[in-house]
Amino acid sequence: MASEALVQLFHVYKQYAGEGPALADATLEVGRGEFVFLTGPSGAGKSTLLKLIFCAEPATSGQLLVFGRNVAKILPRHVPPLRRAIGVVFQDFKLLPHRTVAENVAVPLEVRGLAPRDVARKVAVVLRSVGLELKAGKFPLSLSGGEQQRVAVARALVGDPALLLADEPTGNLDPDRTVEVMDLIEAANARGTTVVVATHDRSLLERYQRRVIALESGRVISDGDAFRRRAGS
Amino acid sequence: MTARQALRALLAGIAVWAAPPAGAAPAPGGTLRAVEQRRELRWGADVFGGAPYVFQDPMDPNHLVGFEVELADALARRLGARARPVAGAWDKLLDLLARGDFDVALNGIEVAEEKRRVCLLSRPYYAAGERLSVRRGDPSAPRTLEAVRGRRVGTLPGSLAQRILERAGAVVVTYDGGQDQIYDDLRLGRTDAVLLDDPIAHYYADVQPELETVPGSFGEVRYAVAVRLGDEPLRDAIDEALAELARTGQLRALYRRWGIWNAGTAALLGEPYAARPALSEAWEAWRAAVGRPPSLRERLLVRYPRTFGLFARAAGLTLLLTLSSMALAMAVGALLAAARRYGAAPVRWLAVGAIELIRGTPLLVQLIMIYFGLPELGVKLDPFVAGWLGLGLNYAAAEAENYRAGLESVPVGQGEVATTLGLSRLQALRHVIAPQAIRISVPPMTNDVIALLKDSSLVSLVTLTELTKTYSNLAASMRDHLGLGLVVAAWYLLLGLPLARLGRLAERRLGRHLRRAAA
Repeated sequence: MASEALVQLFHVYKQYAGEGPALADATLEVGRGEFVFLTGPSGAGKSTLLKLIFCAEPATSGQLLVFGRNVAKILPRHVPPLRRAIGVVFQDFKLLPHRTVAENVAVPLEVRGLAPRDVARKVAVVLRSVGLELKAGKFPLSLSGGEQQRVAVARALVGDPALLLADEPTGNLDPDRTVEVMDLIEAANARGTTVVVATHDRSLLERYQRRVIALESGRVISDGDAFRRRAGS
Repeated sequence: MTARQALRALLAGIAVWAAPPAGAAPAPGGTLRAVEQRRELRWGADVFGGAPYVFQDPMDPNHLVGFEVELADALARRLGARARPVAGAWDKLLDLLARGDFDVALNGIEVAEEKRRVCLLSRPYYAAGERLSVRRGDPSAPRTLEAVRGRRVGTLPGSLAQRILERAGAVVVTYDGGQDQIYDDLRLGRTDAVLLDDPIAHYYADVQPELETVPGSFGEVRYAVAVRLGDEPLRDAIDEALAELARTGQLRALYRRWGIWNAGTAALLGEPYAARPALSEAWEAWRAAVGRPPSLRERLLVRYPRTFGLFARAAGLTLLLTLSSMALAMAVGALLAAARRYGAAPVRWLAVGAIELIRGTPLLVQLIMIYFGLPELGVKLDPFVAGWLGLGLNYAAAEAENYRAGLESVPVGQGEVATTLGLSRLQALRHVIAPQAIRISVPPMTNDVIALLKDSSLVSLVTLTELTKTYSNLAASMRDHLGLGLVVAAWYLLLGLPLARLGRLAERRLGRHLRRAAA
């Protein structure tokens, strides 16, 4: 497909002090509108790769472009604006416990300085889309795991990010909740958001039939459109 | 939010307090010119247990009375001014004078050579014998100077009496507090005798049937008015006024009225002396007021209600000082905590150093350094500003550690998620970390406000008459420590309990997300 690349890695290495390489010679590309699974066993480098993309950590060497910009050359004060174009979902939800559901979802909008009325309107729309409009005033700790992850997805999507990164988003959920959350992510992709989901859950790969990048010991061992080809797309 | 508005108003109030450059700068024409221009003579004295010198009228504590009050009034009139008393601790009067807190110090200041290095002294206005008081009927009581060797004898620190006692080999017990406490200890058997100036013995020992004063004098001390070094014109004017008061017999009349006319003073003023007058109205009034403890009914219905105005004013000052100091402590404490947790290495060391230095030294030392030490560097702060700064900075160290504990209680992941949501570090701190840290910090903060409320009593050092100082002044002049102690305790609770309640409300509100039942 001849689409514009949102994420490009060229021979990227990531080395933590006193450990083997977390990422070694990774070269890959994610195009606009794609839905990509990152897979591999624990410690393969999936989370590291996501962290590099949302600028939580710098690469040790190699070049990483996000939205066409070399992240190594972005000034620290330009990092927060870049992150606002990326939605992130974590395995452990990482909701802010002192804020209500609606207040959690509102954070990315408030950071952008949106007027309170516009914030409230968008938050209501997004909460309805994840089926949590009745829980808006609750605090996260009073919700079930599946509900908390849906709040996290709502929060990641509320700012209409170009890119959605999800790190084991269903790792703490039972199968039914897993499907609920993945369906929300797939729906976002259908609306045009580029999605990268890190998972070691093979059943997801089977179920959703998308491009799969497999990592092992920090190396890309396959960048397969295998599932997609098999599905005939 | 109203709390935020209140805080802003408070900070604005502090700014107003802090704004005017404090204190009376020495006028170009010297202090005499300044006194004449403002038509006011500011004289420093300690009202703490100071009968018959300067004390609150036990029958109506809103009035300051004493023979030195009348002397100051008479002197001021001669200078064409009105006398305005300024309260200060007795052993700090000369420091406060040098600082410029008042024009003269007039409070039983003894003529002594070593004082001439720090101030000018007027001609003496009174001569007092040193009198020894003992328990009546105590067979082993020391009644001569020879007999005090090895015995416990009470007196005031820095007085001639102390030097006499030390020379005689007595075990000297000195008191910073009121003179009534010195005689109370004697009565209770904690000391064997008290050696003090004649007027004090007359007003405190002679009104207690359990005590007697040994006939004869053990030395003589003279009182003079202290004036700042370099203020010779003022000193000369006061000398002239004193001479005039002596010549016209006004001094004699004054001393007779107070029952303290004696041979030494008569000789000093060049007048004949027969005997202490049989009837002196001021002394009789004092004896009537303190000789017999008033009934509970009289205390509750007459005496305590009269203290209301004084206590209310002091409570206002205490509260203002507490709240404004706490605001300062919170602001500086937050900066220190942030510097310590997020700063680069040198900033971090600086913050740690400041915290340890402030935390590791007594508040009293800090207050003395700010109020009496900084003027040596040319920085002279108004008493309120000095007290505010001392208390605020002292508590800032406690708050900094308190906030650090709060910050460290927030899981690291919370900071990470904040930054992935596109918040800058500062935004993350403000919107995500701080709100969660505050929940941990509020209970100790409530505790600190209450502690600060009580520690504010230390600012009496910088001449601010807050609640505790008001209590000790009143208790000394009304000779009622227990009853007034309960009254002042009630005032402290009146201030402290709402603060504690506010703290509990804040705790509950900040912790509501943890209550699953609310879901």
